[in-house]
Amino acid sequence: MQSLSNRKKVLEQKPLNFWERIYLPAVFKGLTITLRHFFKRIPTIKYPEQKRPYSKNFRGQHSLKRDEQGRERCTACGLCALSCPAEAITMISAERKKGEEILYREEKYAAVYEINMLRCIFCGLCEEACPKEAIYLDGPHVQPEYLRKDFIYGKDKLVEPKFEIND
Amino acid sequence: MADDVKFKVSIDGIPVEVAPGTTILNAARQIGGDIVPPAMCYYSKLEGSGGKCRTCLVKVSKGSEKDPRPMPKLVASCRTTVMDGMEVLNITSPEVVEARKGVVEILLLNHPLDCPICDQAGECKLQDLGYEHGSAATRYEFERRTFEKIDIGDKIQLHMTRCILCYRCVYTADQITNQRVHGVLGRGDASEISTYIEKAIDNDFSGNIIDVCPVGALTDKTFRFKNRVWFTKPVDAHRDCPTCSGKVTLWYKGEEVLRVTARKDVYGEVEEFICNTCRFDKKATVDWVIDGPRHIENTSVISANHYELPAPPPVIKKNLRLQEANKEQLERAVKL
Repeated sequence: MQSLSNRKKVLEQKPLNFWERIYLPAVFKGLTITLRHFFKRIPTIKYPEQKRPYSKNFRGQHSLKRDEQGRERCTACGLCALSCPAEAITMISAERKKGEEILYREEKYAAVYEINMLRCIFCGLCEEACPKEAIYLDGPHVQPEYLRKDFIYGKDKLVEPKFEIND
Repeated sequence: MADDVKFKVSIDGIPVEVAPGTTILNAARQIGGDIVPPAMCYYSKLEGSGGKCRTCLVKVSKGSEKDPRPMPKLVASCRTTVMDGMEVLNITSPEVVEARKGVVEILLLNHPLDCPICDQAGECKLQDLGYEHGSAATRYEFERRTFEKIDIGDKIQLHMTRCILCYRCVYTADQITNQRVHGVLGRGDASEISTYIEKAIDNDFSGNIIDVCPVGALTDKTFRFKNRVWFTKPVDAHRDCPTCSGKVTLWYKGEEVLRVTARKDVYGEVEEFICNTCRFDKKATVDWVIDGPRHIENTSVISANHYELPAPPPVIKKNLRLQEANKEQLERAVKL
Protein backbone atom coordinates (compact mmCIF):
# COMPACT_ATOMS: atom_id res chain seq x y z
CA MET A 1 0.00 0.00 0.00
CA GLN A 2 1.26 3.46 -0.79
CA SER A 3 2.17 5.49 2.25
CA LEU A 4 0.18 8.64 2.93
CA SER A 5 3.20 10.79 3.77
CA ASN A 6 5.49 9.55 0.99
CA ARG A 7 8.27 9.44 3.55
CA LYS A 8 8.26 5.70 4.12
CA LYS A 9 11.72 4.10 3.87
CA VAL A 10 12.05 0.47 2.88
CA LEU A 11 14.95 -1.08 4.76
CA GLU A 12 17.06 -3.45 2.78
CA GLN A 13 18.51 -6.48 4.54
CA LYS A 14 21.95 -7.02 2.98
CA PRO A 15 24.10 -10.05 3.83
CA LEU A 16 26.93 -9.23 6.34
CA ASN A 17 30.44 -8.75 4.96
CA PHE A 18 33.64 -10.30 6.48
CA TRP A 19 34.33 -7.58 9.16
CA GLU A 20 30.79 -7.50 10.20
CA ARG A 21 30.74 -11.30 10.46
CA ILE A 22 33.63 -11.49 12.96
CA TYR A 23 31.86 -8.83 15.24
CA LEU A 24 35.17 -7.66 16.82
CA PRO A 25 35.21 -4.07 15.43
CA ALA A 26 31.67 -3.53 16.76
CA VAL A 27 32.62 -4.96 20.18
CA PHE A 28 35.65 -2.63 20.46
CA LYS A 29 33.59 0.34 19.32
CA GLY A 30 31.12 -0.29 22.11
CA LEU A 31 33.87 -0.74 24.70
CA THR A 32 35.47 2.59 23.77
CA ILE A 33 32.15 4.36 24.37
CA THR A 34 31.93 2.74 27.81
CA LEU A 35 35.55 3.63 28.57
CA ARG A 36 35.04 7.23 27.57
CA HIS A 37 32.34 7.60 30.25
CA PHE A 38 34.83 6.70 33.02
CA PHE A 39 36.51 10.08 32.47
CA LYS A 40 33.33 12.18 32.28
CA ARG A 41 31.63 14.08 35.13
CA ILE A 42 29.23 11.80 37.09
CA PRO A 43 25.69 13.25 36.96
CA THR A 44 24.27 10.97 39.70
CA ILE A 45 24.07 12.47 43.18
CA LYS A 46 23.92 10.44 46.39
CA TYR A 47 20.47 11.33 47.79
CA PRO A 48 19.70 11.66 50.73
CA GLU A 49 23.28 12.47 51.90
CA GLN A 50 23.62 14.91 49.06
CA LYS A 51 20.75 17.12 47.88
CA ARG A 52 20.14 19.13 44.77
CA PRO A 53 19.17 22.77 45.28
CA TYR A 54 15.41 23.05 45.65
CA SER A 55 13.19 25.67 44.14
CA LYS A 56 11.99 28.28 46.64
CA ASN A 57 8.36 27.33 46.11
CA PHE A 58 8.94 23.60 46.46
CA ARG A 59 6.05 22.02 48.34
CA GLY A 60 7.01 19.22 50.70
CA GLN A 61 5.70 17.95 54.00
CA HIS A 62 3.26 20.20 55.88
CA SER A 63 4.08 21.91 59.10
CA LEU A 64 1.68 23.59 61.52
CA LYS A 65 3.18 26.89 62.54
CA ARG A 66 3.51 28.64 65.85
CA ASP A 67 3.24 32.37 66.39
CA GLU A 68 5.95 34.63 67.80
CA GLN A 69 4.99 33.60 71.36
CA GLY A 70 5.22 29.91 70.57
CA ARG A 71 1.46 29.31 70.52
CA GLU A 72 -0.17 27.12 67.89
CA ARG A 73 -1.73 29.25 65.20
CA CYS A 74 -4.25 26.69 63.93
CA THR A 75 -7.81 27.36 65.05
CA ALA A 76 -9.39 24.29 63.43
CA CYS A 77 -11.57 26.34 61.10
CA GLY A 78 -11.63 23.50 58.59
CA LEU A 79 -10.92 25.58 55.52
CA CYS A 80 -7.84 23.48 54.65
CA ALA A 81 -9.90 20.32 54.81
CA LEU A 82 -12.62 21.99 52.75
CA SER A 83 -10.24 23.13 50.05
CA CYS A 84 -8.32 19.84 49.93
CA PRO A 85 -9.13 18.18 46.59
CA ALA A 86 -7.82 14.82 47.83
CA GLU A 87 -9.75 15.00 51.12
CA ALA A 88 -6.56 14.18 53.00
CA ILE A 89 -7.07 16.43 56.03
CA THR A 90 -9.25 15.71 59.07
CA MET A 91 -9.44 17.48 62.38
CA ILE A 92 -11.30 17.58 65.67
CA SER A 93 -11.57 20.93 67.37
CA ALA A 94 -11.69 21.72 71.05
CA GLU A 95 -12.26 24.79 73.18
CA ARG A 96 -9.30 26.39 74.89
CA LYS A 97 -9.50 26.16 78.67
CA LYS A 98 -8.37 28.80 81.12
CA GLY A 99 -4.60 28.62 81.54
CA GLU A 100 -3.98 27.26 78.06
CA GLU A 101 -3.53 30.72 76.55
CA ILE A 102 0.21 30.10 76.27
CA LEU A 103 -0.41 27.00 74.17
CA TYR A 104 -3.07 28.09 71.70
CA ARG A 105 -3.54 31.40 69.99
CA GLU A 106 -7.33 31.37 69.51
CA GLU A 107 -10.16 30.24 71.76
CA LYS A 108 -10.65 27.17 69.60
CA TYR A 109 -7.84 24.83 68.61
CA ALA A 110 -7.30 21.56 66.79
CA ALA A 111 -7.19 18.77 69.35
CA VAL A 112 -6.57 16.25 66.57
CA TYR A 113 -5.17 17.22 63.20
CA GLU A 114 -4.35 14.48 60.74
CA ILE A 115 -3.07 14.52 57.19
CA ASN A 116 -3.00 11.34 55.16
CA MET A 117 0.25 11.73 53.24
CA LEU A 118 -0.74 8.98 50.83
CA ARG A 119 -3.82 10.93 49.78
CA CYS A 120 -2.11 14.32 49.72
CA ILE A 121 -1.14 15.55 46.27
CA PHE A 122 0.92 18.50 47.58
CA CYS A 123 -1.09 21.04 45.61
CA GLY A 124 -0.77 23.70 48.32
CA LEU A 125 -4.45 24.67 48.38
CA CYS A 126 -4.56 24.19 52.17
CA GLU A 127 -1.75 26.68 52.52
CA GLU A 128 -3.67 29.13 50.36
CA ALA A 129 -6.98 28.61 52.18
CA CYS A 130 -5.58 29.05 55.68
CA PRO A 131 -6.81 32.35 57.18
CA LYS A 132 -4.42 32.11 60.13
CA GLU A 133 -1.18 31.41 58.25
CA ALA A 134 -0.92 28.22 60.23
CA ILE A 135 -0.07 25.59 57.62
CA TYR A 136 2.83 25.66 55.20
CA LEU A 137 4.18 22.94 52.93
CA ASP A 138 7.77 23.90 53.65
CA GLY A 139 9.18 20.56 54.80
CA PRO A 140 11.27 17.95 53.02
CA HIS A 141 9.93 15.00 51.09
CA VAL A 142 7.70 12.69 53.11
CA GLN A 143 9.76 9.86 54.59
CA PRO A 144 9.10 6.34 53.31
CA GLU A 145 7.41 3.93 55.70
CA TYR A 146 6.60 0.23 55.72
CA LEU A 147 2.96 0.47 56.81
CA ARG A 148 0.19 2.52 55.29
CA LYS A 149 -1.07 3.60 58.71
CA ASP A 150 2.24 5.31 59.40
CA PHE A 151 1.54 7.77 56.60
CA ILE A 152 -1.32 9.34 58.56
CA TYR A 153 0.56 12.16 60.21
CA GLY A 154 -0.81 13.55 63.45
CA LYS A 155 0.02 16.69 65.37
CA ASP A 156 3.15 15.05 66.81
CA LYS A 157 4.74 15.07 63.36
CA LEU A 158 3.09 18.17 61.91
CA VAL A 159 3.40 20.88 64.57
CA GLU A 160 6.74 22.59 64.27
CA PRO A 161 9.01 22.42 67.33
CA LYS A 162 9.17 25.43 69.64
CA PHE A 163 11.77 27.94 68.69
CA GLU A 164 13.43 30.98 70.23
CA ILE A 165 13.36 34.30 68.42
CA ASN A 166 16.74 36.03 68.61
CA ASP A 167 16.72 39.60 67.42
CA MET B 1 -60.87 48.32 49.51
CA ALA B 2 -62.09 45.22 47.77
CA ASP B 3 -60.18 42.03 48.37
CA ASP B 4 -59.56 41.18 44.74
CA VAL B 5 -57.74 44.46 43.98
CA LYS B 6 -54.19 43.72 42.88
CA PHE B 7 -51.44 46.27 42.55
CA LYS B 8 -49.17 46.10 39.53
CA VAL B 9 -45.57 46.63 40.54
CA SER B 10 -42.35 46.20 38.63
CA ILE B 11 -39.10 45.33 40.33
CA ASP B 12 -35.99 45.68 38.19
CA GLY B 13 -38.32 45.67 35.21
CA ILE B 14 -40.03 42.41 36.15
CA PRO B 15 -43.79 42.94 36.58
CA VAL B 16 -45.69 41.28 39.41
CA GLU B 17 -49.22 41.63 40.79
CA VAL B 18 -49.50 41.70 44.55
CA ALA B 19 -52.20 42.38 47.12
CA PRO B 20 -52.34 45.90 48.61
CA GLY B 21 -50.37 46.22 51.82
CA THR B 22 -47.59 43.93 50.64
CA THR B 23 -44.12 45.29 51.23
CA ILE B 24 -41.67 45.74 48.35
CA LEU B 25 -39.49 43.01 49.84
CA ASN B 26 -42.32 40.49 49.85
CA ALA B 27 -43.33 41.48 46.32
CA ALA B 28 -39.73 40.80 45.25
CA ARG B 29 -39.83 37.47 47.05
CA GLN B 30 -42.88 36.54 44.99
CA ILE B 31 -40.71 36.95 41.90
CA GLY B 32 -37.67 35.36 43.50
CA GLY B 33 -34.14 35.08 42.19
CA ASP B 34 -31.37 37.64 42.27
CA ILE B 35 -33.62 40.67 42.52
CA VAL B 36 -34.74 39.89 46.09
CA PRO B 37 -33.13 42.46 48.39
CA PRO B 38 -31.10 40.86 51.17
CA ALA B 39 -32.47 41.28 54.67
CA MET B 40 -30.66 40.95 57.96
CA CYS B 41 -33.32 42.10 60.42
CA TYR B 42 -36.59 41.42 58.62
CA TYR B 43 -38.08 38.01 59.42
CA SER B 44 -41.36 37.07 57.80
CA LYS B 45 -42.43 34.93 60.78
CA LEU B 46 -41.89 37.73 63.27
CA GLU B 47 -44.37 40.57 63.48
CA GLY B 48 -42.86 44.05 63.59
CA SER B 49 -39.38 42.96 62.53
CA GLY B 50 -37.51 44.90 59.90
CA GLY B 51 -36.44 48.46 59.27
CA LYS B 52 -33.28 48.32 61.36
CA CYS B 53 -30.39 47.01 59.33
CA ARG B 54 -30.98 48.97 56.07
CA THR B 55 -29.52 46.22 53.86
CA CYS B 56 -32.79 45.92 51.96
CA LEU B 57 -32.58 49.50 50.63
CA VAL B 58 -34.11 49.95 47.16
CA LYS B 59 -34.71 52.86 44.85
CA VAL B 60 -38.28 53.73 43.95
CA SER B 61 -38.04 55.36 40.53
CA LYS B 62 -41.80 55.85 40.18
CA GLY B 63 -43.98 56.27 43.25
CA SER B 64 -47.30 55.12 41.81
CA GLU B 65 -49.58 55.45 38.79
CA LYS B 66 -51.26 58.54 40.24
CA ASP B 67 -48.12 60.19 41.53
CA PRO B 68 -45.23 59.14 39.28
CA ARG B 69 -42.59 61.18 41.09
CA PRO B 70 -39.70 59.07 42.38
CA MET B 71 -39.16 58.79 46.12
CA PRO B 72 -36.49 61.29 47.16
CA LYS B 73 -34.31 58.81 49.07
CA LEU B 74 -33.64 55.10 49.02
CA VAL B 75 -36.29 53.28 51.04
CA ALA B 76 -36.14 50.18 53.23
CA SER B 77 -38.06 47.63 51.17
CA CYS B 78 -39.10 45.55 54.18
CA ARG B 79 -41.10 48.46 55.63
CA THR B 80 -42.38 50.21 52.50
CA THR B 81 -45.66 48.95 51.09
CA VAL B 82 -46.29 48.88 47.37
CA MET B 83 -48.51 51.28 45.44
CA ASP B 84 -50.25 50.61 42.15
CA GLY B 85 -47.85 51.13 39.26
CA MET B 86 -44.79 51.44 41.44
CA GLU B 87 -41.43 50.90 39.79
CA VAL B 88 -38.61 49.69 41.98
CA LEU B 89 -34.94 49.35 41.14
CA ASN B 90 -32.80 47.00 43.16
CA ILE B 91 -29.73 45.44 41.55
CA THR B 92 -30.11 47.46 38.35
CA SER B 93 -29.51 50.71 40.20
CA PRO B 94 -25.84 51.54 40.86
CA GLU B 95 -26.97 53.89 43.63
CA VAL B 96 -28.56 50.99 45.55
CA VAL B 97 -25.54 48.74 45.09
CA GLU B 98 -23.27 51.51 46.33
CA ALA B 99 -25.51 52.26 49.32
CA ARG B 100 -25.69 48.58 50.24
CA LYS B 101 -21.94 48.35 50.14
CA GLY B 102 -21.82 51.19 52.65
CA VAL B 103 -24.41 49.49 54.85
CA VAL B 104 -22.39 46.29 54.88
CA GLU B 105 -19.29 48.22 55.84
CA ILE B 106 -21.15 49.82 58.74
CA LEU B 107 -22.62 46.49 59.88
CA LEU B 108 -19.08 45.12 59.91
CA LEU B 109 -17.65 48.06 61.91
CA ASN B 110 -17.90 46.30 65.23
CA HIS B 111 -18.26 42.76 63.98
CA PRO B 112 -15.17 40.73 64.85
CA LEU B 113 -13.29 38.89 62.10
CA ASP B 114 -13.46 35.55 63.86
CA CYS B 115 -15.25 33.51 61.21
CA PRO B 116 -12.64 30.72 61.55
CA ILE B 117 -13.79 30.27 65.15
CA CYS B 118 -17.46 31.14 64.85
CA ASP B 119 -19.93 28.25 64.70
CA GLN B 120 -22.23 30.21 62.40
CA ALA B 121 -19.64 30.39 59.61
CA GLY B 122 -20.98 28.74 56.49
CA GLU B 123 -24.60 29.62 57.19
CA CYS B 124 -24.05 33.21 58.29
CA LYS B 125 -26.10 35.86 56.53
CA LEU B 126 -23.54 38.56 57.24
CA GLN B 127 -20.82 36.42 55.68
CA ASP B 128 -22.88 36.05 52.49
CA LEU B 129 -23.66 39.74 52.47
CA GLY B 130 -20.06 40.74 53.02
CA TYR B 131 -18.95 38.39 50.27
CA GLU B 132 -21.49 39.70 47.79
CA HIS B 133 -21.58 43.40 48.52
CA GLY B 134 -18.79 44.41 50.84
CA SER B 135 -15.29 45.49 50.15
CA ALA B 136 -12.34 43.50 51.45
CA ALA B 137 -11.06 46.13 53.86
CA THR B 138 -12.58 48.39 56.49
CA ARG B 139 -11.86 52.11 56.89
CA TYR B 140 -12.65 52.00 60.61
CA GLU B 141 -9.61 52.88 62.68
CA PHE B 142 -10.88 52.47 66.22
CA GLU B 143 -11.11 49.54 68.61
CA ARG B 144 -14.04 47.26 67.96
CA ARG B 145 -16.37 46.95 70.92
CA THR B 146 -16.00 43.73 72.88
CA PHE B 147 -18.12 42.01 75.50
CA GLU B 148 -17.77 39.04 77.77
CA LYS B 149 -19.62 35.91 76.66
CA ILE B 150 -22.91 35.41 78.48
CA ASP B 151 -24.77 32.14 79.04
CA ILE B 152 -28.50 32.43 78.45
CA GLY B 153 -29.63 29.30 80.22
CA ASP B 154 -27.33 26.31 80.01
CA LYS B 155 -27.88 25.61 76.30
CA ILE B 156 -27.56 28.99 74.62
CA GLN B 157 -24.56 31.25 74.49
CA LEU B 158 -24.72 34.95 73.74
CA HIS B 159 -21.59 36.44 72.26
CA MET B 160 -22.52 40.12 72.18
CA THR B 161 -19.33 41.05 70.29
CA ARG B 162 -20.76 39.47 67.15
CA CYS B 163 -24.25 40.97 67.48
CA ILE B 164 -25.46 43.38 64.80
CA LEU B 165 -28.55 44.45 66.83
CA CYS B 166 -31.17 43.18 64.39
CA TYR B 167 -33.66 42.66 67.25
CA ARG B 168 -34.88 39.37 65.74
CA CYS B 169 -34.22 37.42 68.94
CA VAL B 170 -36.03 40.05 70.99
CA TYR B 171 -39.11 39.76 68.78
CA THR B 172 -38.89 35.97 68.98
CA ALA B 173 -38.79 36.04 72.74
CA ASP B 174 -41.70 38.49 72.75
CA GLN B 175 -43.92 36.67 70.28
CA ILE B 176 -43.13 32.97 70.55
CA THR B 177 -43.09 33.00 74.32
CA ASN B 178 -45.71 34.55 76.52
CA GLN B 179 -43.55 36.72 78.71
CA ARG B 180 -40.83 39.14 77.81
CA VAL B 181 -37.57 37.71 78.97
CA HIS B 182 -34.83 39.58 77.20
CA GLY B 183 -34.36 42.85 75.43
CA VAL B 184 -31.94 45.51 74.30
CA LEU B 185 -30.26 47.57 77.00
CA GLY B 186 -28.36 50.80 76.51
CA ARG B 187 -28.44 53.21 73.59
CA GLY B 188 -26.51 53.69 70.39
CA ASP B 189 -23.06 52.25 70.40
CA ALA B 190 -23.53 50.98 73.95
CA SER B 191 -26.68 48.97 73.24
CA GLU B 192 -26.61 45.24 73.82
CA ILE B 193 -28.90 42.24 74.01
CA SER B 194 -29.35 41.21 77.60
CA THR B 195 -31.63 39.26 79.89
CA TYR B 196 -31.70 41.63 82.89
CA ILE B 197 -29.12 40.41 85.41
CA GLU B 198 -28.41 37.46 83.11
CA LYS B 199 -31.59 35.77 84.25
CA ALA B 200 -31.85 32.41 82.56
CA ILE B 201 -34.53 32.11 79.93
CA ASP B 202 -36.51 29.01 80.80
CA ASN B 203 -39.07 28.70 78.10
CA ASP B 204 -39.87 25.75 75.85
CA PHE B 205 -39.19 27.74 72.71
CA SER B 206 -36.18 29.80 73.78
CA GLY B 207 -33.86 27.80 71.49
CA ASN B 208 -35.40 29.46 68.45
CA ILE B 209 -33.41 32.61 69.12
CA ILE B 210 -30.41 30.58 67.88
CA ASP B 211 -32.10 29.97 64.54
CA VAL B 212 -33.31 33.53 64.00
CA CYS B 213 -29.92 35.09 64.73
CA PRO B 214 -28.44 36.03 61.34
CA VAL B 215 -24.90 36.05 62.76
CA GLY B 216 -23.10 33.95 65.34
CA ALA B 217 -24.13 36.02 68.36
CA LEU B 218 -26.54 33.41 69.68
CA THR B 219 -25.19 29.91 69.35
CA ASP B 220 -26.07 26.43 70.50
CA LYS B 221 -23.81 25.44 73.38
CA THR B 222 -24.42 21.76 72.72
CA PHE B 223 -22.91 22.23 69.24
CA ARG B 224 -20.18 24.63 70.30
CA PHE B 225 -16.99 23.85 68.37
CA LYS B 226 -18.23 20.32 67.64
CA ASN B 227 -17.71 20.63 63.92
CA ARG B 228 -17.92 23.01 61.02
CA VAL B 229 -21.37 23.12 59.44
CA TRP B 230 -20.04 22.20 56.01
CA PHE B 231 -18.66 18.91 57.28
CA THR B 232 -22.05 17.90 58.66
CA LYS B 233 -24.82 16.42 56.58
CA PRO B 234 -28.32 17.85 56.87
CA VAL B 235 -31.20 15.37 56.92
CA ASP B 236 -34.87 16.22 57.28
CA ALA B 237 -36.66 14.37 60.05
CA HIS B 238 -39.80 14.61 62.14
CA ARG B 239 -41.13 13.25 65.39
CA ASP B 240 -44.40 13.28 67.24
CA CYS B 241 -43.80 16.20 69.55
CA PRO B 242 -46.53 17.34 71.98
CA THR B 243 -45.33 20.96 72.11
CA CYS B 244 -44.22 21.79 68.56
CA SER B 245 -44.59 20.56 64.98
CA GLY B 246 -41.55 18.33 65.37
CA LYS B 247 -40.32 19.03 61.85
CA VAL B 248 -36.58 19.57 62.02
CA THR B 249 -33.27 19.20 60.21
CA LEU B 250 -30.74 16.87 61.79
CA TRP B 251 -27.09 17.65 61.13
CA TYR B 252 -25.18 14.41 60.98
CA LYS B 253 -21.48 13.70 61.19
CA GLY B 254 -21.16 10.02 60.45
CA GLU B 255 -23.69 8.20 62.65
CA GLU B 256 -23.92 10.96 65.20
CA VAL B 257 -26.45 13.81 65.29
CA LEU B 258 -24.41 16.86 66.19
CA ARG B 259 -27.14 19.45 66.03
CA VAL B 260 -30.88 19.82 65.55
CA THR B 261 -32.28 22.96 63.93
CA ALA B 262 -35.58 24.04 62.47
CA ARG B 263 -35.96 23.72 58.71
CA LYS B 264 -34.88 26.90 56.98
CA ASP B 265 -36.19 28.20 53.66
CA VAL B 266 -34.23 29.91 50.87
CA TYR B 267 -34.11 33.16 52.82
CA GLY B 268 -32.69 31.44 55.89
CA GLU B 269 -35.96 31.83 57.79
CA VAL B 270 -37.32 28.90 59.74
CA GLU B 271 -40.42 27.21 58.36
CA GLU B 272 -41.76 26.27 61.78
CA PHE B 273 -40.41 27.05 65.22
CA ILE B 274 -39.37 24.00 67.23
CA CYS B 275 -39.28 23.39 70.95
CA ASN B 276 -36.24 22.97 73.15
CA THR B 277 -36.87 19.26 73.76
CA CYS B 278 -36.54 18.58 70.04
CA ARG B 279 -33.56 20.89 69.68
CA PHE B 280 -31.41 19.99 72.66
CA ASP B 281 -32.52 16.66 74.09
CA LYS B 282 -33.35 14.41 71.15
CA LYS B 283 -29.99 13.76 69.58
CA ALA B 284 -30.30 10.09 68.68
CA THR B 285 -31.46 8.72 65.34
CA VAL B 286 -33.99 6.45 67.14
CA ASP B 287 -35.93 9.51 68.32
CA TRP B 288 -36.66 10.61 64.75
CA VAL B 289 -38.38 9.48 61.58
CA ILE B 290 -36.06 10.35 58.71
CA ASP B 291 -37.67 12.15 55.76
CA GLY B 292 -34.60 12.22 53.53
CA PRO B 293 -31.57 14.37 52.81
CA ARG B 294 -32.13 18.10 52.83
CA HIS B 295 -31.47 19.87 49.57
CA ILE B 296 -28.75 22.50 49.91
CA GLU B 297 -28.29 25.26 47.36
CA ASN B 298 -25.15 24.56 45.39
CA THR B 299 -24.02 28.13 46.07
CA SER B 300 -23.74 27.28 49.76
CA VAL B 301 -20.50 25.99 51.22
CA ILE B 302 -22.52 23.31 53.01
CA SER B 303 -23.08 21.61 49.67
CA ALA B 304 -19.32 21.07 49.26
CA ASN B 305 -18.55 17.36 49.16
CA HIS B 306 -22.24 16.48 49.56
CA TYR B 307 -22.96 14.45 46.51
CA GLU B 308 -26.42 14.16 45.08
CA LEU B 309 -27.27 11.70 42.35
CA PRO B 310 -26.77 13.19 38.91
CA ALA B 311 -29.88 13.97 36.94
CA PRO B 312 -29.68 12.29 33.53
CA PRO B 313 -28.90 14.81 30.80
CA PRO B 314 -31.81 15.79 28.54
CA VAL B 315 -30.41 13.81 25.63
CA ILE B 316 -30.88 10.61 27.64
CA LYS B 317 -34.32 11.65 28.86
CA LYS B 318 -35.61 11.93 25.29
CA ASN B 319 -34.04 8.84 23.77
CA LEU B 320 -35.44 5.43 24.76
CA ARG B 321 -32.45 3.55 23.40
CA LEU B 322 -30.05 5.63 25.48
CA GLN B 323 -32.23 5.10 28.52
CA GLU B 324 -32.04 1.36 28.01
CA ALA B 325 -28.27 1.53 27.53
CA ASN B 326 -27.77 3.55 30.73
CA LYS B 327 -30.29 1.59 32.75
CA GLU B 328 -27.79 0.28 35.26
CA GLN B 329 -26.33 3.73 35.85
CA LEU B 330 -29.68 5.43 36.29
CA GLU B 331 -31.13 2.87 38.67
CA ARG B 332 -28.13 2.76 40.94
CA ALA B 333 -28.92 4.15 44.35
CA VAL B 334 -25.43 5.39 45.25
CA LYS B 335 -22.97 7.45 43.32
CA LEU B 336 -19.67 5.63 43.04
